Amino acid sequence: MEIPYNVEERPDTGLYNGKLGIWLFLASEVMLFGGLFSSYILLRTGDPNWFKPELSVPMATLNTMVLISSSVTMVMAWASLRLQDFKKFRLFSAATFLLACAFMVIKGFEYNTEFSHHLYPSSNNFMATYFTMTGLHGLHVLGGMVVIAYLWGPGSRMWKTEPERFTNRVEITGLYWHFVDLVWIFLFPALYLL
Amino acid sequence: MTAHSPEDIRKETRVYIFVFIALAALTVVTVGISYLDLSTGPAVALALFVALIKGSLVAAFFMHLLSERKLIYAVLVFTVFFFLALIFLPLGSFLNQVAG
Repeated sequence: MEIPYNVEERPDTGLYNGKLGIWLFLASEVMLFGGLFSSYILLRTGDPNWFKPELSVPMATLNTMVLISSSVTMVMAWASLRLQDFKKFRLFSAATFLLACAFMVIKGFEYNTEFSHHLYPSSNNFMATYFTMTGLHGLHVLGGMVVIAYLWGPGSRMWKTEPERFTNRVEITGLYWHFVDLVWIFLFPALYLL
Repeated sequence: MTAHSPEDIRKETRVYIFVFIALAALTVVTVGISYLDLSTGPAVALALFVALIKGSLVAAFFMHLLSERKLIYAVLVFTVFFFLALIFLPLGSFLNQVAG
């Protein structure tokens, strides 16, 4: 049996189901990260012993650039499919994956430096929120990488049989990926600069 | 997203490059602001303002919210409402407690 509204838009919503699904998921993600941002603000306002150690701003700036670049390559991958250019899609999604790898490696170096300075989640309120928020964000990057790798590799077979459905899959993966970028855009000043 | 001609899509890709340049420039601005030695209030306000612009660019162009269906906007209105409640209710109750 064919699953309806994978490609064609539902008359009542005006959307294919996957798109509405990803936006509802992203709404729940806003609440997840929103809860953590709220806790961070509350702790920062209420903790009389608030202490923020020096973090590596250059590394975090580099990571911001890397993640922004990966957002562009992701949206270019989707645009390539809409232009029926599968080769370019593979090129751009491979670039997205590699940039995501670079983000995780840089983050790993950062964590390593922090551990070497004896900064752990148990050190103070700031480090606890820092590791929770960047750790959760990192898990989201990792999740996105799995999906991007799948769509680049085995999942891309769908392009031959159902190209529109495959293009939609890349679009909603992109929406998730841009959200991950969006969260970092707020995490960066909140944790590193203020 | 409705169907577009290849020329429309190529135009969109050019816009994506401009947005990327704007995001990179605003990242430099964000870091620059942190070196201005502002007091906490203005520093937070300015950093959040720049982050809001960057976030809006990503949402409007990369997530193509500029031309999306009404239902998505409705979902987002609810999301923003509950997000603001999530941020300001605990903070408000805390500040109220301190004042009282």
